[in-house]
Amino acid sequence: MSAALTVEGLHVHLGESHVLQGISFEVPSGGVTALLGRNGVGKTTTLRALMGLVPRSRGAITLEGSDVTRLPTHAVVRRGVGYVPEDRDVFAGLTVEENLRLAERDSEPNYALVHDLFPELRQRAGQRAGTLSGGQQQMVAIARALLNRNRVLLVDEPTKGLAPLLVTDVAAALQRAAELTTILLVEQNLPVVQRLASDVVVLDAGRVVHAGPASELLDDPEHIRRLLGVHGGGH
Amino acid sequence: MSTLVLLTITGLGLGAMYFLVASGLSLIYGLMGVLNFAHGALITVGAYASWWFGEQLGGGFGVRLLVGGALGILTGAVVAALIELVLVRPLYRRPVEQVLVTVGLALALGALVQGIWGADTKPILIPDWMFDTTSVFGANVPNDRFLEIGIAAAVLVGLTAFLRYTRFGLVIRAGVENRAMVTALGIDVRRAFTIVFALGGALAALAGVLSGVYFNGIDPARGTSLLIFAFIVVVIGGFGSIGGSAIAAVAVALIQQYANYYASSGTGDLAVVLLLAAVLLVRPGGLAPKVAH
Repeated sequence: MSAALTVEGLHVHLGESHVLQGISFEVPSGGVTALLGRNGVGKTTTLRALMGLVPRSRGAITLEGSDVTRLPTHAVVRRGVGYVPEDRDVFAGLTVEENLRLAERDSEPNYALVHDLFPELRQRAGQRAGTLSGGQQQMVAIARALLNRNRVLLVDEPTKGLAPLLVTDVAAALQRAAELTTILLVEQNLPVVQRLASDVVVLDAGRVVHAGPASELLDDPEHIRRLLGVHGGGH
Repeated sequence: MSTLVLLTITGLGLGAMYFLVASGLSLIYGLMGVLNFAHGALITVGAYASWWFGEQLGGGFGVRLLVGGALGILTGAVVAALIELVLVRPLYRRPVEQVLVTVGLALALGALVQGIWGADTKPILIPDWMFDTTSVFGANVPNDRFLEIGIAAAVLVGLTAFLRYTRFGLVIRAGVENRAMVTALGIDVRRAFTIVFALGGALAALAGVLSGVYFNGIDPARGTSLLIFAFIVVVIGGFGSIGGSAIAAVAVALIQQYANYYASSGTGDLAVVLLLAAVLLVRPGGLAPKVAH
């Protein structure tokens, strides 16, 4: 299977910290690749570096064969990289409708998909995003990315802080999105990873320590405990 | 009663100029995080460009003011856009250097204007009807005050509509909240930076033109004195808030006028500083913090 996204020898320094120490991995076309690891190993920094939101010291990033390493953030996005940030980052002073309108890149944004996945957003179109619950804000953040055709969608901890029922909804939305685009997903919730991911990349202390099919890792509780420091659940 | 009315309308005229300067300053800081100390120089550039073009054009006072004023505003916008493109853009993420460059530019432009046209006040020729007065509740108010207030009100309505109903306004409002996320949606926020800088320059130049009418003349130091109060207005109103700037501009100007008349001349500036201190203590983010609306 060809790679949608290739990362080679990527280094990122934030202040005095050498956060990413030459990571290399591939995200195969189609499906969901989960980027896993303990807290603070560099997962969010990896996504931010792919977006050009943090300076990259060295390394190369290739999107479907095109080098995007030196492109500014907006140009990376225009090449077809969608982004759902860790803290949602909805524009609190803007309405739901304005948040979505701002995200429109395609000439025909896919509102049908967004309203099908999150019908609540249509009802709350005129409400300021800052007054929404955490779950509703997450819907806005995902909807902004799904409005456009993406080659790769980077999603950072979409279920963080959500109630169990909302976690199921968000996972279902991402499953549907994965039918349309390749997803690189940072997620701490292992049942969600088990449900969605076809491949995994595991980081530890700024380095890739495992990469391969999701089943190799997720079907082996000892492997999960050793690499992620948690006890793996069953399917 | 008539004195109070006169002071109020005169204060609103002064507040109109504070608002015009502060709104651009506020949007520039709110969106870009740039503290533009050269903004006062743009007031001076606008005032002198308007006067110079008026002199070259000749003709009636009204035509000079109108056409000269329009060209002065255009000059302010162009100079501001050039400042952003040439001097400020290479220094994003380097705030100390930005401050040094804009302070240096303010001093250089002021010195340039003074070097070319001298330090003396240049009289501004205005139509007779602006010198005339209109009676409002027994107070004889000079007509130019209504012009200043009317223009500032129109700018407030126009800016609010621009921010609320245009795609660019949407980008600016979002950028004031979270610039990085705007770029992460595929929007080149640098274009918005240049446009906001040019808009701020045009508004500062407009304030320069109107200050010539309000004070019956222009001088190289006018921009700096207006800028000081505009900074106070921005802090009180909240960085990035046009509505906050409008309210704060009116409050600052009225307090200044009332204190100068009812206490003693000169206490107006002290009263404004006390107001600033009170707002910072009670509401450190200003009246409407960090949201452009």
